[in-house]
Amino acid sequence: MPQSMHLGDSKAAEINAVSIGKTFGAFHALKNLSLDIGRGEFLTLLGPSGSGKTTFLMILAGFTAPTTGRLVMDGQDITNIPAEDRSYGMVFQGYALFPHLTVEQNIAFPLKVRGRSAADIKRKVGEMVARVGLGGHEKKLPAKLSGGQQQRVALARALVFEPAVLLLDEPFSALDKNLREMMQQEVKRLHQETGTTFVFVTHDQSEALALSSRVAIFNHGELLQVGRPQDVYERPANRFVAEFLGEINLLPLDTVSLEGDRAAGKFEERTIVLNRTMPMTGPNAVAAIRPEHMVICTEPQAADRNAITCRVEGATYFGASTKYHLTTRSGTSLAVSMPTAATSPIAPQTDVWVSWPMHQGFLLPAGS
Amino acid sequence: MPAKSATSRKIMLLAPLLLFLGLAYVVPFLGVVRWSFTLPEPGLGQYRALFTDPLVQSVFFRTLRICLIVTAASLTMAYAIAYVWVRGSSLQRTLAEFCILVPFWISVLTRAFGWLAMLSNRGLINTWLQSAGIIAEPLALARNEFGVIIGMTHFLIPFAVFPIASAMRSIDERVLLAARGMGASRTRIFWTIFVPLTYGGLIGAALIVFVFALGFFVTPAILGGGRSVMVAELVYLRIFQSPDWGLGAAISVVLVLFIGILLALMRRFIKPAHLVG
Repeated sequence: MPQSMHLGDSKAAEINAVSIGKTFGAFHALKNLSLDIGRGEFLTLLGPSGSGKTTFLMILAGFTAPTTGRLVMDGQDITNIPAEDRSYGMVFQGYALFPHLTVEQNIAFPLKVRGRSAADIKRKVGEMVARVGLGGHEKKLPAKLSGGQQQRVALARALVFEPAVLLLDEPFSALDKNLREMMQQEVKRLHQETGTTFVFVTHDQSEALALSSRVAIFNHGELLQVGRPQDVYERPANRFVAEFLGEINLLPLDTVSLEGDRAAGKFEERTIVLNRTMPMTGPNAVAAIRPEHMVICTEPQAADRNAITCRVEGATYFGASTKYHLTTRSGTSLAVSMPTAATSPIAPQTDVWVSWPMHQGFLLPAGS
Repeated sequence: MPAKSATSRKIMLLAPLLLFLGLAYVVPFLGVVRWSFTLPEPGLGQYRALFTDPLVQSVFFRTLRICLIVTAASLTMAYAIAYVWVRGSSLQRTLAEFCILVPFWISVLTRAFGWLAMLSNRGLINTWLQSAGIIAEPLALARNEFGVIIGMTHFLIPFAVFPIASAMRSIDERVLLAARGMGASRTRIFWTIFVPLTYGGLIGAALIVFVFALGFFVTPAILGGGRSVMVAELVYLRIFQSPDWGLGAAISVVLVLFIGILLALMRRFIKPAHLVG
């Protein structure tokens, strides 16, 4: 029974990447990247394509050698140790199952490589097949399986030899939405059960936020921010992170002043108070507020909220939520997302107030 | 109906080819079939002779033996060339391509005589070895089965390269990376992942080479020097040198039937398009 099984004393590893750089000719794929991956954590490398996240994963796996910098695992320098000796589990984009081997033989492969006894292999493969819910499919070739089942084989094969680290390269990109969510839960469960260090690459921000204990955001070969999902979503270090993690409203502020951990500035003559999350470089800045943190109301509300006047331009219905498109008096576009059940439809061209709690907005440098 | 007119247009495009094949091969072959049952007298006598005549039997077995050896040798060498061609550095790829294409520009006759110049008793190899004092008497390298096998293998290697290279090219690089990541050595990856994934290409290459080899005439005639007659040469001898057209025709019919069966088998294992790379 899956709950009662354990992968044994799988020892999760800790990895420190120190000033890793990678160039391909004149192209800098990674620039001086330092990142500590904690024992047993679920770290997601998030970024658009070409941001360097996959290059970094390939360096972690040992398939690519860094141009500069060092990789340290549990205090030991592993920069020059090849992939076959690092022996991390890896789930590839497209799964990379052995097409000529059955489900069972695929999962047994890493154990055979390690010279385990036939009885040991049989037992471990049986456990793993049950753990990922592939019972009854043991003798099938990968081509006879659905995408989700192939994914499970790939996971089982990567975990069966109890690797210290599991690397996952965009494993869900080929699955449809429902199956993807199911597999996300499955991966999360496997992470909890095995306690192994997971490093996961994706370009899907909601997947990153849903799965990870920490998210590392990449762009143009640089590591922009690392933090817990709540931290990077609600306290992004810069505009790229703020915009990449989800839709965000940006209001240009002038005459910004700082008071303790709060900042205040003017937008269309109204004072806006926000969290101060970064050092200021000048009097101008941008207030950033997520659409779901704002509400549309008829009056400027309580004292701990900011409010601005807007005109409703239209609405998009998403089922559970409805997104309103608005413009401010000076023509700045805004989006406000509210639970459909909590609102009654608002006609276009209505003048309204948009308000949000002061602690939910944050300050970003202007023009970054 | 548009679908129907598209089909009939395709048939019209194919028509000249079908007509040519019909007139140049099918009609003459039907004539050969008729001879096999009518010459020198009507009946199955020639087919009975195929199974009883010791000369015919020995030629059949020699042909089969030579073809099997040639197939095995061609496949082994073609595998190495295809590997370099598909997975080598860009310089290695260019060299491999050159080695594969150049033989196509040289006629089979020229190549057979080229080998004779190398292998005969007064050929380059024997002269060198003798002047170097390594051997006293020339080695029997030509005018025997050994020479025939060398010449045929050399001719057939390029044909085996294409289906094998095509199979190698369609292997997903990530599958090999995955095996490495699981700690597998290069030798293990080659024998347990890479080679099995090219079985389709190997089967296709084996059938092409084998079928081709069965009908070889020029190379065995020149390099075998009349001492290792293969089936195609036997047909030639029966028809042009001894007035035994019936037996020659019967051998031809059996050969064509045998090749037809092999080709039908090949279609089950590999798509024809994969054979040309």
